[in-house]
Amino acid sequence: MKRTLPILAVLMVLLAAIAIANPHFLEPAGFLAFLKRAAPLVILAAGQYFVIVSGEFDLSVGSLVTAEVVIAARLIDGDGSATWPVIALLIVIGLLVGLVNGVVTTKLRVPSFIVTLGMLLILSGAVFLWTGGAPRGALSEGFRAFGRGGLGPVPWSVLILLAVGAAAIWLMRADFGKTLIATGDNERAAALSGVRVDRAKIIAFMLSGLAAAVAAILLGGFAGVSAQVGQGLEFSAITAVVLGGVVLGGGRGSVLAAMAGAFTLEALFTLLNLYGISGALEFTVQGVIIIAAVAAGAVHLPRMFTPRKGDAHAAS
Amino acid sequence: MRGIGKSFLGVRVLSGIDLEVTAGEVHAVVGENGAGKSTLMKIICGVHPPDDGTVEIDGRPVSFGHPLDAQRSGIAIIYQEFNLLPERTVAENVFLGREPVRRGLVDRAAMEEATARLLDELGEDSFGPRDAVKRLSVAQQQVVEIVKALSVNARLVVMDEPSAALAEHEVELLYELIGRLRERGVAVVYISHRLREVFDLADRVTVLKDGALVTTVPISEVSSDELIRLMVGRDLGTYFPPRSSAIGEARLSLRRAGNHKLHDIDLELRAGEIVGLAGLQGSGRSELAKAIFGAEPFTTGEMTPSRPRSVREGVALGIGLVTEDRKAEGLALRQSVRDNALLVARAVGARSRDGVRDLLERVRLSPPRQEQEVRYLSGGNQQKVVLAKWMTMAPRVLLFDEPTRGVDVGAKAAIHDLMRELADDGMAIMMISSELPELIGMSDRMVVLRDGRIAGTLPAAPSEEAIMRLAAGEVA
Repeated sequence: MKRTLPILAVLMVLLAAIAIANPHFLEPAGFLAFLKRAAPLVILAAGQYFVIVSGEFDLSVGSLVTAEVVIAARLIDGDGSATWPVIALLIVIGLLVGLVNGVVTTKLRVPSFIVTLGMLLILSGAVFLWTGGAPRGALSEGFRAFGRGGLGPVPWSVLILLAVGAAAIWLMRADFGKTLIATGDNERAAALSGVRVDRAKIIAFMLSGLAAAVAAILLGGFAGVSAQVGQGLEFSAITAVVLGGVVLGGGRGSVLAAMAGAFTLEALFTLLNLYGISGALEFTVQGVIIIAAVAAGAVHLPRMFTPRKGDAHAAS
Repeated sequence: MRGIGKSFLGVRVLSGIDLEVTAGEVHAVVGENGAGKSTLMKIICGVHPPDDGTVEIDGRPVSFGHPLDAQRSGIAIIYQEFNLLPERTVAENVFLGREPVRRGLVDRAAMEEATARLLDELGEDSFGPRDAVKRLSVAQQQVVEIVKALSVNARLVVMDEPSAALAEHEVELLYELIGRLRERGVAVVYISHRLREVFDLADRVTVLKDGALVTTVPISEVSSDELIRLMVGRDLGTYFPPRSSAIGEARLSLRRAGNHKLHDIDLELRAGEIVGLAGLQGSGRSELAKAIFGAEPFTTGEMTPSRPRSVREGVALGIGLVTEDRKAEGLALRQSVRDNALLVARAVGARSRDGVRDLLERVRLSPPRQEQEVRYLSGGNQQKVVLAKWMTMAPRVLLFDEPTRGVDVGAKAAIHDLMRELADDGMAIMMISSELPELIGMSDRMVVLRDGRIAGTLPAAPSEEAIMRLAAGEVA
């Protein structure tokens, strides 16, 4: 909790700034709209967190989201009765892509940066090949409800977000999460303690794939069907996780902070939007954040460690 | 150095330290972990500037803003973990960052020639300037570090636990090297936990405790017991806990077990017994522990109750391994004490989560704070956490690989007591140590390995000579 405080403070400041620029934001409807908009990224960040904390990367989630949305539109093609089977299929695809990423990374020992970059290219190439650049088909009303509709005033996506968040926090407190973070911290020590490190990492990739599937379901309804729907989301998710203070390379940071990082990023975009700054700047902002956050961590850490008594070598 | 003081973030770690080293002297600095040895060394070498006090060389005050300043003044440091590039050659490492240049290109010939000359002076002919560092043994790498120090014309060489990674016979070589440095008029500051080396090598010894100077005395005027008392500020009494009398049934036995590094191992580990495993570096001691544990499994022979093929199978058989290198293989340093202590239990889904607090008290972790990250603990406390990690599983067999390496005297005694306590509770224990006095003091029986085979077994309290004869392969 202690490590979650800085990012929560930043988030509060940004939310306050948004509220000053746009008082409507403080009303339940305005705030819920913000949560709804943020939900896909927060869910992706939670998924990305599992992978990053285990010491790996998942660059494939953006194109996975696009692929999922395009597949859903094509297979449903306006037919309401196909909604649930297709949703089940999307989840299976998400898990499967994660499984492939995880198995290639752990068993073939290819760096995950390369594996998931390859997966990104494979998926976006496949989507292009299949659609010729212009997705066909349409989503059913039932499918779109997840991204648009709600239970009374509360959007479905906010409820799904709460469920995903609670599940992620629970997972990190369970044995799985504790052994996963130990794996990211020191894989060899974890393995020599009986942790099945490959399995833990594969599950982390599958959770990231699952998060991409869920995000795709929300985005399909919210943003509509296009071949660009997931573009850049992998970087937004990684930025969010890093912004939450999670260390690239693994072993440190909380999933709650990662999700708070995603909210913060979304709040920042909203604020830029309110002040009429071009959306094109979003990538630039993310770039600055990711470098600054990692650099701040790198500069900060040695100073904090060396003075401790005893194992000065560990720090130097 | 006079009146050196240093604080970090308001925590005073050193105060009023005087240290004087003369040319051609070997000056040992001893103290428990956290006594301030490393910080003092870093001040000498320009890594940290002192807050108060002065550093003088040949009577002239100097101030180092950067390690390079210290290097230019003729001070070199050899760290516990070497700073060598494994893929580069010996000569490239020696001249790293200050390669001789000819017509804009690195002058390899000059570099290699200079390196060869220095190697020659040290009497080192087992490797040459063109060998890749990764192919060298730890002892040879240490020679490279020393050559590097000499190549900058160092007049003061600081060695931090230089023997920690060396086997017994390699330590002999280190002694010789230090002798040659002394002949050249180089002053050596020697930091070590191993008192025997201090007595063998040093002319004078400086004792630090809790960041303050206790005393500096000529080594001839102090005994080993006195030195320990000065370091810990109390009498440790008998160094080793009494041996056990009740040795029970076999917990584990091996018959003609082997793998690519081990051959025909016949061994029985019995309840209540501590078996010492001796041998030179590379004789297969750690490999044997890892094979029994299942991390690098046996491929031939028999093991009772059964032969584990993986770590998980080893754990399921009730076998635990306290690894040699606790930072690389034992602990997740950025996780809390509690999370590390529970790592094995969680990994195998055991239900024994309660009583972590009791366990941490039992291993004498001080203070027993569960939420602290283990990287902030001293070496001794870290090792106690590793022990707690295995004790959650109440193993039947516990293997210790260098359990007290880099651990201060007080924690060492606590770990010894604990090992004996566990044995008395009916655990079968096997212990590896490169420190023969420790191995002799702790073991009920000693097994000596040589080239992956058992060279012989000795009863309790054998002589060092008997062990070395078996380990080195001389006919008794």
